[in-house]
Amino acid sequence: MSPTGAVSALGAWTLGAVRDLGRFSVFSAAVANAGRRPPLRLRRLVDEIYDTGVLSLLIVCVSGFAVGMVLALQGHNTLSRFGADAQLGAVVGLALIRELGPVLTSLLVAGRAGSAMAAEIATMVVTEQLDGLRMMSVDPLDFVVAPKAFAMILSMPLLSTLFVLFGIFGGYAIGVVVLGGDGGTYMSSLEDAVEFSEDVLGGLVKGTVFGVLVGFVATYRGFTATPTSAGVSAAATSTVVIASVATLIVDYFITALWGV
Amino acid sequence: MREEPRRDFWVGSFVLLGLAGVAYLSLSVGGVSYRGPGGLELVANFDEVGSLKNRAKVVIDGVKVGQVKSIELGKDFRARVVLDVDGRLALPSDTSASILTAGVLGDQYIALEPGGDTDVLKSGDSVQFTQSAVILERLIGKLIQNLGSGDSKGSKK
Repeated sequence: MSPTGAVSALGAWTLGAVRDLGRFSVFSAAVANAGRRPPLRLRRLVDEIYDTGVLSLLIVCVSGFAVGMVLALQGHNTLSRFGADAQLGAVVGLALIRELGPVLTSLLVAGRAGSAMAAEIATMVVTEQLDGLRMMSVDPLDFVVAPKAFAMILSMPLLSTLFVLFGIFGGYAIGVVVLGGDGGTYMSSLEDAVEFSEDVLGGLVKGTVFGVLVGFVATYRGFTATPTSAGVSAAATSTVVIASVATLIVDYFITALWGV
Repeated sequence: MREEPRRDFWVGSFVLLGLAGVAYLSLSVGGVSYRGPGGLELVANFDEVGSLKNRAKVVIDGVKVGQVKSIELGKDFRARVVLDVDGRLALPSDTSASILTAGVLGDQYIALEPGGDTDVLKSGDSVQFTQSAVILERLIGKLIQNLGSGDSKGSKK
């Protein structure tokens, strides 16, 4: 390829990326707008919360418990070198509340519910169900997309909270029951270290932001899928990839800018 | 769109469970409402607070009776620490406050030592007698200085 060709390719790629970003923003604004316009479609929202929230409960709680257990084990090994075993609760709690809870929940939910969400909408594109809705003058953004996106936004902070709680239980199970630490010390170091406005609120904000990210990325990739069977699988795959990477990058910036 | 009572129930439980988790994290772990019975607000001025933080505990004989509400620099360039202490306590007005450290590396906290006065501290009063935090580096510095000067005199021991 000639040097000019390479530069042109770079330009085309950049333009494509900017165009995609712009379309994504317009799409997100349209969905947010559709979501707050009446009718509210609460029934649709409840159904979607069942799919994204309730059905993700098991994987989120089990993962949270496992992460809490391994944090306690690793933390115990390191802390006991300095004779600071009493701070185990603080280590487990802060790590979960500030970072691991929201981030890992977002990754898990993107894989479990986000991909399904994208695939479902993409299938509706392929089978022209969205066009069918449009023919009945039902706005698919309002009827299909908005409830899914908002269900994700509402479910994510709740799931992340449950992840954190199960993580704390898991840490307790290992740190206190298995390794024989003191339960009171574990809980009190946790309660001393965690602050509401800095840690708990920050974790909730992160969870909500990740919910927005995953919800909009999944619905966007589904909605703009190529109407072929390969398009459906591409939508599901790219949802997981983009949502996961975006979660990790945005997490860094939230932490760097606001110190959460 | 048919009604599905079972599904609604699960969604409702999920939301309730999530909110209960948020409430637990905020209230119990995050300590948004843990104040114990507060109410008595005391001011203590220190020359040095070390690494004392907001929400550090205030104890009498090791029993937690309150927490640090705010730390700021007063007009006289002394650290002005506001304590929120259990309002049911009738602390004598010659109560003293000192900043101590829990263990070698632990957090700093404030210990109150009740005196023997019959007058009682009221909200907004300031604690008269305070003892500042001990800064380890300064202590070592002083120690080295004293050892040095002790050598030059040499006659005391």
